Amino acid sequence: MTEPLLVVDNLSVTFVNGSSRVHAVRGISFEVRRGEFVGIVGESGSGKSVSSMAVLGLLPSSAQVTGDIRFDGQSLLSLNDRELSKIRGNRIGMIFQDPLSALTPVYTVGQQIAEGLRLHDSALSRESAEKRAVELLKIVGIPNAERRARSFPHEFSGGMRQRVMIAIAIANDPDLIIADEPTTALDVTIQAQILEVLQKAKEITGAAVMLITHDLGVVAGNADRVSVMYAGRVVETAPVLELFREPVMPYTIGLLRSVPNMASSRAHRLVPLEGRPPLLTVVPTGCPFAPRCPAALPKCLDGEPPLVPVPGLPDDRLAACVRADEIAAGTLKRSEIFPEPEPVPAEEIVEVARERVLDVVDLKRTYPLTKGTVFRRTVGTVRAVDGVSFTLDRGRTLGLVGESGCGKTTTIMEILELAKPEAGTVKVNGIDTSTLGKSERRALRGDIQMVFQDPMASLDPRMTVEEIIGEPLTVTGTNSREIRRRVETILEVVGLDPSYAQRYPHEFSGGQRQRIGIARALIVEPKILVLDEPVSALDVSVQAGIINLLEDLKLRMGLSYLFVAHDLAVIRHIADDVAVMYLGRIIEYGPADEIFDRPRHPYTQALLSAVPVPDPVVEHTRQRILLTGDLPSPSDQISGCNFRTRCPLYQLLPEDKKRVCEVDDPHERPLDGRLVACHHAEMSALLTSA
Amino acid sequence: MTFTDPNTTTLPEDGTVRELGERGTTRGATILRRVFAAKRARVGAILLVIIALWAFVGPLLYPWGFLDQDVRAFGDPPSLNHWFGTNNIGQDIYAQTLVGLQKSLIIGFIVGPAAALIAGIVGAVAGYLGGVWDRIIVWVIDLLLVLPSFYILVLLSPVFRSLSWLALVVFLALFGWMVLARVIRGQTMSLREREYVKAARFMGVSGATIVRRHILPNVASLLIIDATLGIGAAILAESTLSFFGFGVQPPDVSLGTILALGSTSAVTRPWLFVFPAGILVVTVLASSLLGDALRDAIDPTSGATSD
Repeated sequence: MTEPLLVVDNLSVTFVNGSSRVHAVRGISFEVRRGEFVGIVGESGSGKSVSSMAVLGLLPSSAQVTGDIRFDGQSLLSLNDRELSKIRGNRIGMIFQDPLSALTPVYTVGQQIAEGLRLHDSALSRESAEKRAVELLKIVGIPNAERRARSFPHEFSGGMRQRVMIAIAIANDPDLIIADEPTTALDVTIQAQILEVLQKAKEITGAAVMLITHDLGVVAGNADRVSVMYAGRVVETAPVLELFREPVMPYTIGLLRSVPNMASSRAHRLVPLEGRPPLLTVVPTGCPFAPRCPAALPKCLDGEPPLVPVPGLPDDRLAACVRADEIAAGTLKRSEIFPEPEPVPAEEIVEVARERVLDVVDLKRTYPLTKGTVFRRTVGTVRAVDGVSFTLDRGRTLGLVGESGCGKTTTIMEILELAKPEAGTVKVNGIDTSTLGKSERRALRGDIQMVFQDPMASLDPRMTVEEIIGEPLTVTGTNSREIRRRVETILEVVGLDPSYAQRYPHEFSGGQRQRIGIARALIVEPKILVLDEPVSALDVSVQAGIINLLEDLKLRMGLSYLFVAHDLAVIRHIADDVAVMYLGRIIEYGPADEIFDRPRHPYTQALLSAVPVPDPVVEHTRQRILLTGDLPSPSDQISGCNFRTRCPLYQLLPEDKKRVCEVDDPHERPLDGRLVACHHAEMSALLTSA
Repeated sequence: MTFTDPNTTTLPEDGTVRELGERGTTRGATILRRVFAAKRARVGAILLVIIALWAFVGPLLYPWGFLDQDVRAFGDPPSLNHWFGTNNIGQDIYAQTLVGLQKSLIIGFIVGPAAALIAGIVGAVAGYLGGVWDRIIVWVIDLLLVLPSFYILVLLSPVFRSLSWLALVVFLALFGWMVLARVIRGQTMSLREREYVKAARFMGVSGATIVRRHILPNVASLLIIDATLGIGAAILAESTLSFFGFGVQPPDVSLGTILALGSTSAVTRPWLFVFPAGILVVTVLASSLLGDALRDAIDPTSGATSD
């Protein structure tokens, strides 16, 4: 039997910094066979990126690496940097997360691809290298490749830059492509494009791919085999179908159950993984997952379980758990390890009268685009929000979704200013914000509060938790005894210990910080909570806890949520109604189930089909509607329908029907119990049947 | 190169999550520890304390007053009786130097922090308010920056010659804050976009409170650094002005006036010049050492962090 392409054997990476040692990777072994697509999944700090850096020899000098990495029979760790450089970029291609910092800003992309080619093939002439660069750009789907090869990286969008990175990675026909979170910085529709290109690159070069990601959905749709990492160890390895269907390591089971799934209904509650990963500075003596594992036994604490084949399962199933055999045999049921949390008891749910708490009509916000420093002149307008209307009722959740740059954040900022908008009206609790005086506005702020995306940036690092949460109360002049009492109450409501009040934000984990942010918003007992991507900065296992908390609070306190997110699975789970935004407009708006089950606008269809679902069966059978190109800039003037430039339906239409899209700007019209801004929404079935 | 990706990482960047329960080491304490881990900081701080003690306690333990004339010693070199010698009218240089040092230190310790305070308030207000206010304030700052402050002080010296030395303090402070104010303004503009500042705004917290509660504490490190560095700069500016006769006026003495009197005979009777000059240099050096160490401890990116 021939040796696999890449063999990582008992690899350990320790970062030494003065007296502290961080054990980032502790004795992991895995292999990548020729032409195989391997996914490595893990939360932040699990050591997944460090392992890939070790393979590439790109670790800093403070890292102590032991073990062995063999690439095509050659041990990589014994090579010096010069010898490694001959392999890197030639036989191993790399794709990093941030395509902007991975490309040199002062050279054209054509030059950068040609450089990679000529470095490893000195016989190649400059002309033929440049010709090959253009070919590569065509392969990765960059339009006008000849012209674009002479452009600089900053002239490309994020998705296009990532395509260039793939072009460089496959330039020398590598045997292995290592992709480290290649789509994390990108929007879902762009992510779908890039993953498609990655698959295509794999087919063309026949290379094996090692994809490192935190997104289970991305792995489900692409990988053949998956390794799950936790606390610097591989804890489970399995072919993708088996891993998702019958995981045997409790961590994998918990992770899969904690992820909101867009394909399933929202009747299920998410299962949070309690606790946090262990510190990497201490070597665990038992199973590192044991403190968070509901199925842990006393024997889990003596000695770390090795990654071994699971008894009773095929050879390609490995797991590091002492109870793997029980789970595999079904004597220990997966659903019993992580039971679904109890719903809020009926007597604690407050009845709410159906009243309108937020009414936004035709809201607009434009920014002038200026040029020149001495004599400023307006050269155009950016229509960040271009006529947005929606309503929110008491006790309901409205999800506002869209890709970055579509105007979701501008919309909520305009609402929260509680000032007279540039155009349109905003009514909070029936009060038109343009009529408010200064003190009335301050009073109304108690009704609408906000939770921010980044739980670190939204808490002042120099204030204690009590000062942070109590800050809204200082506005109304509440005395400090009362503030203290209410802070302690609210801390318990959001699931934190009241004794935490005197601590500083940096002492808390991301999920706890987000709870503090929620507590601060709730302390003034608002009616509306505006949530701007409240879980997107958190690890998946922590997300579930926050989403459950938000659901419970809504029922217990009769809150209304305006929930902004780009993660459609989260929206599907939490929202009653959904508004999909594109370039400052709402293009489809209606009940969540209707829209998710039967999207009618071609953009919504494409968006929904682009979201990776953490279920390989669904991933492999469903149809994708890929959008071409990038989100146009909001300053572009597009005649007629502004989605026309990327619309997959528009391309299928007969000429006579295209006409109306080119001249007439579609307005929202009712169709199938929702509002759709598309002239031909009735024909959207064409996309799924084509 | 980072090994934890920023999109999913929730742990602090140094990879160490402090266990809840471990208390008492706040950011302030950490910074203090880092400051005094640097040798420069210890040397600077100790020197400053010794100099200040010496300036204020020294004269009490010394028989000669700074205006007393010893008729038996005109222009004497250092001796046991007159430690730093005497000038040509029999005044004791040691006593004069210490009293001059007192004045210089007082001026330095007022002007440095005062300039930083003005800079903090003006910069934070400009940065936070933005718009028209920002443009007006920046215009004033730029105007003050292009005016040669020394020349203006010289021009205005007849005015404050009739006033006490406190007028000089005010003028020195008024011309010492502009550069820092621009820095603070820039910092504030980025702080204003922070989510916790937005959060405070959406709670209805007033602008003045936001500046006081969120902006100033977060630029405090810069202010502290500049206040410390400003002490040395102010002492130097005061001495220069006084040296040319535009600063502290007789009968008050400062290091500058003593140097001015001694400079004419620096070659023939060096003690008139060398001792006050040496003390001036040591004082300025000590405050700069401390300021530099503070800056390195608070803002590790500013320059060399090793000694």
